[in-house]
Amino acid sequence: MPEQSSSAVRFEAVVLPHLPAAYNLARWLVRNDQDAEDVVQEAYLRAFKFFGGYRGGESRTWLLTIVRNTCYSWLQRNRSRELTDSIDDAPEDVTADFANPELRLMQNTDAQMVRAALTELPLEFREVMVMRELEELSYKEIAAIADLPIGTVMSRLARGRKRLHSLLTNRMGIETKGGAA
Amino acid sequence: MTCQETGLLMHALADGELDLTKSLEMEAHLRECQSCARAQKEIHGLSNLMKDSSLRFTPSPTFEKRLRSAMRRETKEKPANARWWRWSMAAASLAVVVLTVWTIVVILNRPSSDTVAQEVISSHVRSLMAQHLTDVPSSDQHTVKPWFDGKLDFSPPVKDLKEQGFELRGGRLDYIASRPVAALVYQRRQHLINVFVWPAKSGSRSTAQASVSQGYNLIRWTNSGIEWWAISDLNLAELQQFVQMLQG
Repeated sequence: MPEQSSSAVRFEAVVLPHLPAAYNLARWLVRNDQDAEDVVQEAYLRAFKFFGGYRGGESRTWLLTIVRNTCYSWLQRNRSRELTDSIDDAPEDVTADFANPELRLMQNTDAQMVRAALTELPLEFREVMVMRELEELSYKEIAAIADLPIGTVMSRLARGRKRLHSLLTNRMGIETKGGAA
Repeated sequence: MTCQETGLLMHALADGELDLTKSLEMEAHLRECQSCARAQKEIHGLSNLMKDSSLRFTPSPTFEKRLRSAMRRETKEKPANARWWRWSMAAASLAVVVLTVWTIVVILNRPSSDTVAQEVISSHVRSLMAQHLTDVPSSDQHTVKPWFDGKLDFSPPVKDLKEQGFELRGGRLDYIASRPVAALVYQRRQHLINVFVWPAKSGSRSTAQASVSQGYNLIRWTNSGIEWWAISDLNLAELQQFVQMLQG
């Protein structure tokens, strides 16, 4: 085994602890085990190249930014169709739909159903939802990783939740008050 | 606080992203408004549901092993290249220094309009985020304009463009380019427009210049000794139309 340089040792110490977060984000963005592994590996090697520019501080945000960028270039190369129907960030009423269905019934929802619904969300919503709900990142961190204004993070999160909510309630066949689901 | 104002704040509250004052205001509203309280509960329920559903994917141990060895291969020292590497790093550092100095010189010399643009954007975003959109909420130009009397050393022109689809929402005092300025707030559908107004340094007149920054459209112009900046997430065509009406 060749000698590791000191920066390589430091690099491993900084990035390896974030592997679960990196893998989870990539897995949700590319939606496939094998591809997620490839993307994470590519991101880690890229990260090492940029490691000279890393000045300490939030290493998770730094690494996840690279992982997300690598995912996007991978999607661009392999599934550009998923990137083309980009969403409109115009504000919309995000409270209305929450007031109707009965979420308490969701206690019966199985995890598989939630997983399937989240997988279906458009990329822009899926990524902020994963970063907020699964990685528990702050708005500020998400804004930095996804290179978005905080206001956009907030509205995508709100709209993502609204969509997920209605996917789940539709799937459970709950009739909304109007009768039409 | 009204139900219209709570939309995004509800999510920020659930995520623990509101400051104390806003949280208290929101909580007060939720005590009084059943439908908002229900929506708030739904958001919490959805979050908990996601957290309980073990949605996280974990990397397999074999992948972790493979990744480690790929990193080892990539990061081991390459002695044959070391000398060449050192020289190219030295050259690169020099290039960086030259570039930095050049950038600083350019920044110091360029007109201050970029800094003003940045302040305009920040102020716009802050006005939307902090729910401090207006000091004088009114759609009546004859209420908004006199409100500024005594608060500013100039009287901002206030136009009512409701019939053209741009409703006046009110006015606000703001601070840009090291001076107090008037901010007039208009609304087009769901899009809010902040119009910042203050006396121009020179009496010159300049035509409208549009730019895009951080996803916002900005248009600035000078007219009759007054400096104008309009900013919104509204599309450029409609913002230009709006600016023409302000100028007309």
